[in-house]
Amino acid sequence: MSAQVLSWALLVAQLMLGLGMICAAVRMIIGPRAQDRVLSLDSLYVSAMLMLLVFGIQTGRTLYFESALVIALLGFTSTLALAKFLMRGEVIE
Amino acid sequence: MTAASELPSWAALGVAILVVAGTTMTLLGSIGLLRFRTFYERLHPPTLGSSSGTMLVVLASILYFSVVRSRPSIHEILILIFMTLTTPVTFILLARAALYRDRTEGNSDVPSDPLQGPADPSA
Repeated sequence: MSAQVLSWALLVAQLMLGLGMICAAVRMIIGPRAQDRVLSLDSLYVSAMLMLLVFGIQTGRTLYFESALVIALLGFTSTLALAKFLMRGEVIE
Repeated sequence: MTAASELPSWAALGVAILVVAGTTMTLLGSIGLLRFRTFYERLHPPTLGSSSGTMLVVLASILYFSVVRSRPSIHEILILIFMTLTTPVTFILLARAALYRDRTEGNSDVPSDPLQGPADPSA
């Protein structure tokens, strides 16, 4: 019974994260300026990282935790580089 | 779903509640990102996902793996620490870049600089 509740909850969680990723992708397509697109990229990678954590709970493996950590690291770096690019026009001066 | 069937019911219910609450926060943040009008309003909702959404899902993961392996499994807290430290840095940099771009282009709907008075002196 409780295992069934957990599996349904994980399915609902994945659907909600997918819907959130769709919202962020729509904002990335229509978003009027470049900073909106960078912001939605940030929201997209947070949703993808949480999706991997939920996937790790679903399968019971720790492999997905490491990829979630890599996504968090690379997403932070990419958003930082894009914000620097919007500010200065170049990343490394 | 082999490992979840040997979970006690309180842990399964706790993990389910935490995961659904965290992903609801993330979904609300993404809907806010889609619906708000200006960029400076849109800057706020994604932090729901990266603060409380990440915290709740990470807590669910810690609870699940600690109960399944019957030993404390707290390495997921790395993600929580990392997201808590990095999200303000990126968002402040992004907001400052957007402010700089809007001010150099002379857009009117920019928040005013409290140190230098209104952004547009003639208004």
